[in-house]
Amino acid sequence: MTEADPHYLSPAEHEVVAAACERLIPPVGDHPGGQTLGCADYVDTLLGAFTVDPPRIWAGGPVSGRAGGEARFADFLGLSRVEELAWRTRIEGSRGIPEREFNGPVTGWQAEYRDGLVALGADFAALSPAEQDARLDAVPAFKDLLYRHACEGAYADPEYGGNRDRAGWRAIRFPGDVQPRGYTDEEVTGRA
Amino acid sequence: MTDVDAVIVGSGPAGATTAAVLTEAGWSVTILEKGRNHLLDLEPPHGPLGHVSNDELKHLFRHFLGPDPLIEPRTYRRREADGERIFTGSVNNLPSTVGGGGFHADGKLPRFREVDFHARSELGPIDGADVVDWPFGYDELEPYYAEAERVVGVAGDHTANPFAAWRSGPYPMPPGPDMFCAVLTSRAASELGFHPYRAPTGVNSVEYDGRPACNNCGFCGFFGCPIEAKGDPVAPLRQALRSGRCEVRPESYVTEVVLDATGDRARGVRYLDAAGIEHEVSARHVILAAGAFETPRLLLASELGNPDVVGRYLMYHFQTYVLGVFPFSLHGHRGRSVTHLMDDPIVPDAAARDAAREAGLPYFRGGIVEHGAGAHPILEAVHLPAGEAHTRLMLESPMRERLAAFTMQGEDLPQATNRVDLDPHVKDVWGRPAGRVTFLPHRHEAACAAHWAPRLEEVMRGAGAESTFWITSPPLEDARGGVQRDPTPISRHVMGTARMGTDPRTSVCDPWHRLHDVENVLVADSSVFPTSAGYGPTLTIVALAIRAARELAGLTPLRSSPPAAP
Repeated sequence: MTEADPHYLSPAEHEVVAAACERLIPPVGDHPGGQTLGCADYVDTLLGAFTVDPPRIWAGGPVSGRAGGEARFADFLGLSRVEELAWRTRIEGSRGIPEREFNGPVTGWQAEYRDGLVALGADFAALSPAEQDARLDAVPAFKDLLYRHACEGAYADPEYGGNRDRAGWRAIRFPGDVQPRGYTDEEVTGRA
Repeated sequence: MTDVDAVIVGSGPAGATTAAVLTEAGWSVTILEKGRNHLLDLEPPHGPLGHVSNDELKHLFRHFLGPDPLIEPRTYRRREADGERIFTGSVNNLPSTVGGGGFHADGKLPRFREVDFHARSELGPIDGADVVDWPFGYDELEPYYAEAERVVGVAGDHTANPFAAWRSGPYPMPPGPDMFCAVLTSRAASELGFHPYRAPTGVNSVEYDGRPACNNCGFCGFFGCPIEAKGDPVAPLRQALRSGRCEVRPESYVTEVVLDATGDRARGVRYLDAAGIEHEVSARHVILAAGAFETPRLLLASELGNPDVVGRYLMYHFQTYVLGVFPFSLHGHRGRSVTHLMDDPIVPDAAARDAAREAGLPYFRGGIVEHGAGAHPILEAVHLPAGEAHTRLMLESPMRERLAAFTMQGEDLPQATNRVDLDPHVKDVWGRPAGRVTFLPHRHEAACAAHWAPRLEEVMRGAGAESTFWITSPPLEDARGGVQRDPTPISRHVMGTARMGTDPRTSVCDPWHRLHDVENVLVADSSVFPTSAGYGPTLTIVALAIRAARELAGLTPLRSSPPAAP
C-alpha cells in the first residue's frame, strides 16, 4: 500500500492522517515518526479492507519469509459469513442494515474518521505542532481511535500496510515474527 | 437409532479429550464447534492449516481466535444493584474456535494438590462463601492426571516443586530452556525463602508424539502455535479424527439440548450451521464441553439442570500482577511466555497465616505465581500516552523489554451470587440472549492479594528491578475508592457454573459429571469444578474429562500408586 494506491482515504485525507500520526508518534532519536512509518497507509488499508478479496483483516501464515520459509503473510485469510458481518459493521457501520443492528445501530470507523478529519481541518498538515495538538485534544474520542491505529500501524506486521520497511520494529530493536527460525536455547536463557 | 453415539458441544481441551477417549472405545462422535477452524485439516492426514502465525495484530487486536464481541457480545455487572449491566463487549473471553481455550494458552499445566479436593473438611467454612469438598479426592484423580500429561505431552521436572502432590511417575518430557527473566526472578525468590520451580508445560521440549520441539519463538500465550509444539488440544483432537469415528463440524452453533418425549432423556441437540440453517443431531449421549461460560448459558437456554444452581458459583482466578522494571533488557519475547512457577502463596507460611487472622479470615488461599515478562510491542504501545512520551518510552521500553511480571492466580472462593445468566436484552448475532456475568470477588481474594503483592515486590527488587508496582484484576474497589479501570475480570480461567456433588439439591452434576435430572447429558468442562484452587485449570479439565469419558464408555477405571521408596 502506498499513497499512490489508496483504498479509502483521499490524498488530502491521507495527508491529514499522516500529519496527525506524526504528532501522536513523533520522531525521537533514531525512531521515525508515525508519518514516516506509514501509519496513514495502515489506516487506509484498514478502512478500505473490503475493497479487496479476501479483505485485509487477518494476514495469512504460517510464516512471512523474513526468518526463512515461504512468504505467506500477504495471502490474507477469508472470513466466515458472521465474521464478515462483524468486520463490515466495525468498519462501515451498521447503516440501518437490520442484520447489523441486532443490538442497535453501530457507528463505524469510516464515519468516525470522516467526522474526525473534518474536525481536524483540511489545513491540519500546515499547522504548527502546538496548533495540531490543540486540534487533536479538541476531539478526544477520535484522538484515542487514531492513536490506537497509529500504534498498530507503527508496530504491526508490514503486510497490514504500516511499519514501512519494518522501521518501527528496527527502532525499538524488536525482531518481529521469527518462525521458522525461532531462538536458540542460549538466546532464551542468556543475558544477551 | 441415533445419528451418533455421542454429540459433543465444544472442541476445546474437554471436548477434544472426551472425543479421543470415546472414539478409542469404539464410539462414533460428532463435535459441534461454534467457531472457525484454524487448528488442523479436518481431512486426513489432519495436518496443520498454516493459519496461525507470529502475528500480534491478528491474535491480540483483531479477534482472530474469537469471540468477536460484535458476533458474540457478553455483558457484565458486579452485583444486581448495578442494574441490568455496566459493560457490553468482551468479558474474559476464551477463544471461540476449533481447539477452544487450549489453542491460545501458553500451556502451564500444573496439577492441583491433595487439600484442594477437601478444602471444606480440612480448612473449615469461611463466611460468605460456599466452599465445598469435591466428591472424590486427589488419589482417585492421580492416574488421570498422569494420562492427561501423557496425551497432551507435558514437559517438567517431577522433583522440583516441594509442595507438589504425590505422583505415580515423572513427566513425559524434561523441562524446556529457562527464560532469562525467570533465571533472575527465581534466583531472587529462592534467596528470600520461596520455592520456584520449572513450570510443567504442555509445550514440547523434545519431539513428542510426531510433533516438533518448541523453537522458542515467543508468540506463545494468547497465540496459536505455528509449529504444533503445544499439545493441547491438537493432540487429542487429531487422535480422535484419525480413528475415523469422529467428525468435527466448525461454525455450528448449538441452540438447544433437545429432550425426548419422556422429558427424562436427551434426544440430541439442535444447531445452526454457517449459513444459519437449523439442524438436529441425535445421539445416545450429549456431552457439554463449551466451557464454564457457554455451558451454563446453553443449559439455561435449554431449561436444563438444577435451576437453583445452574450458572452459579462462577469462579475465576483473582489475578495479582506484580511488575518490576529492570535497568537492562530481559528479552521476554524469546521463549514460552512463562518458564517458572511457585506455589508458596498456596501453602501459607506463618506470616500469611497471621495476615489472614488479622483480616478476620480463617485462612488465605493464594495461587501459583507465574514468572513472566513483557513481550509484544503493540500491547506496550497502546498503554502509553500519545506524543513524545510515546516514542521515548518505546525506545526505553520499561513496559516491555525491561519488564518482568509475576502473575498470582489467586484462588477465587465460590459464591452463589457470582453467576452466568442470560442477559434480558443484549443478543448475539444469532439472535439468542447474550450471556451475562454477575461477579464480585470475596474479600478473601482482595486481602490475600494485598498480603502477597508486597512480598512479591521484594522478590522483584531482589532480582534487580529498579522500580516495582502491582495491580489486580478485577481491581480492588474498596481499598481504592471506586472502580478506576475496566472492572471486568480479565482472567481466562473460568470455572464452577454447573458444580458437581452427590446432593442433587446443591449441585448440578453427579460425581461422573452427569446432570442429576437428565442422566444422558454429561458436562465435561470446568463448569463442574466445586472450587477453583490456585492452579491453572486445564490439566484438571483434561484429567476429569478422561475419567468421566472412560466411565461413560464402560472402560476399566485407571488406578495408580506412589512409586516405592528407593
